[in-house]
Amino acid sequence: MDFSLTEEQKALQDTARKFAREVMAPVARKHDETGEQPVDVLDKAFELGFLTEGIPVEYGGSGLSRLDAMILTEELGAGCAGMTTSIMATTLGLTPIVIGGTDEQKKLFLTPLTEKRSLVAFCLTEPDAGSDPLASTTTVKKVGNDYVINGIKRFISNGAVSELYTVFATVDKSKGAKGFCALAVPKGTPGLSAGKEEDKLGHRASNTTEVIFEDVKVPANYMLGKEGEGFKIAMATLDRTRPAVAALAVGLARAAMEAAIEYSKMRKQFGMPIGMFQAIQFMIADMGMQIEAARLLTCLSAWLIDQGLKNSLQSSYAKCFASDVAMKATTDAVQIFGGYGYTKEYPVEKYMRDAKLLQIYEGTNEIQRVVIARELLKGI
Amino acid sequence: MKVLVTVKRVPDPEAKLKVDPEGKGIVTQGLKFVVNPFDEIAIEEGLKMKEKHKAEVVLVSIGKKESTEQLRTGLAMGADRAILVLTDDGADSEVVARILTKVYETEKPDIVLMGKQAVDDDMNQAGQLLAEYLGIPQATFASKVELAADLKSAKVTREVDGGLETVEIQLPAVITADLRLNTPRYASLPGIMKAKTKPLKEIPVAELGVQVKPKVKMLKLEEPPKRKGGIKVETVQELVLKLKNEAKVL
Repeated sequence: MDFSLTEEQKALQDTARKFAREVMAPVARKHDETGEQPVDVLDKAFELGFLTEGIPVEYGGSGLSRLDAMILTEELGAGCAGMTTSIMATTLGLTPIVIGGTDEQKKLFLTPLTEKRSLVAFCLTEPDAGSDPLASTTTVKKVGNDYVINGIKRFISNGAVSELYTVFATVDKSKGAKGFCALAVPKGTPGLSAGKEEDKLGHRASNTTEVIFEDVKVPANYMLGKEGEGFKIAMATLDRTRPAVAALAVGLARAAMEAAIEYSKMRKQFGMPIGMFQAIQFMIADMGMQIEAARLLTCLSAWLIDQGLKNSLQSSYAKCFASDVAMKATTDAVQIFGGYGYTKEYPVEKYMRDAKLLQIYEGTNEIQRVVIARELLKGI
Repeated sequence: MKVLVTVKRVPDPEAKLKVDPEGKGIVTQGLKFVVNPFDEIAIEEGLKMKEKHKAEVVLVSIGKKESTEQLRTGLAMGADRAILVLTDDGADSEVVARILTKVYETEKPDIVLMGKQAVDDDMNQAGQLLAEYLGIPQATFASKVELAADLKSAKVTREVDGGLETVEIQLPAVITADLRLNTPRYASLPGIMKAKTKPLKEIPVAELGVQVKPKVKMLKLEEPPKRKGGIKVETVQELVLKLKNEAKVL
């Protein structure tokens, strides 16, 4: 087992770390407060190839391995979780095409994303369908040589600001998973609109909205795979992109730990740096251990994908574990900063708010545990 | 057109450094190394010349095998190829200039772009020495470089103690980069992937036939004295007395 980074991975890590420190972090507070789209950051991320990391090289993308993508995402996560969500959600949105699209569809949909800075939105969740995606009521109907989509999606990252939308809808609700379909819908298609923007606890630099489909008509060849293959594509997409959430969590937790360590060396009470007190030391020790463990689990889940091996179990382990670690590390960081940590003058309260979403989106940690237990207790 | 750019591997300026127990160097365990920031600026200037004048950008570094890392960073930024002159011994400014003269003789670039100094030893001599040994013009502390249309000369604005000075030099020449010359680009992902396939030639220093014994010997390294806290004084008279008798600056 070789745990060392290749020269390219070190170079990738360096460039991403620099980007996080010099481009993201200085404006993170501002975008967290205003919710304004971080256009300059996203433009620069596109220039450096971060937004197209999930597109294979033959279609104009950066074509990173999933392990490489973990290294990138951890660094970005340490810069700003919200901006990283917008970038990650773009990869999430285009992955159904990478997995389920034909060569023609990949050229049609993916290549334009590499020519101009573009965000993508993955439209699965609905007001009444979150952990239970098959409770979806968004419908798709074949009309002549087209498909017509009707429905409302909710909590969609990049909902109002995407060039491309991948949407999941059912052709026959009574068929359950066998009726689920995946389609690609370009921005500007009549009937496609973004609804209200969510006013969120964290990840506020990321645009999250409803996406509304009112008789949205697309050519039949915009369907990815065949009718009834949508559920498989959705699940395969989530398996492939779930490790990135874990990587974001590792980066966020690490940023909180580094801030807490620096503060513990500086802040003096009772005549000495608070880092001399075991209560603080134990919190920091736990952060260190858990972050390292989360990172290794994340890399394993990504490595399995790159090897072409099944990774559902490990990607659930990684996402669930790493997001729980991030929640604990960021909460403890606020505790270590004390009263100061409770104010917006210091970065840790934002880290704590940002961590919460990681336990919720891309499959709640409760669902992760259900999936893990189901796998481990197979045959029960 | 060809531009030769020097790349030195230096400790990360952002890192917290510690003097080693012998007092002759710094603790390098766990230390991160980067491209000398002034060399990064030089690389960026070379890449601008590549974009504007189709110049070939050749990087050169002197050191151990680890310096490959920094050369790959430069290649990832967009340089065309790299040369590593391998030596396990340190090289002072004199040795660097002697080695670079040999590389210059082989490569025959139109411009040698160097950082004005390396942030580890801050010598600020290698560029000046190189120009002298080669008998070519030099423009150091450059904050602006404009090449003539015929690419036979350059106008360089230099940051000097009194302000800014603009000189015109014939090419080939040595130009050393100062902080405000440009803002170096990040290595993009496609750049990093491409860097893998760009040529990196290793040349053992013995092959160059230069005198490699450093003339400068590091005797001692010590940390600067810890900053003392400030004090508040009540009157201007008290301030003047303190400045005169304690700080001894009046």
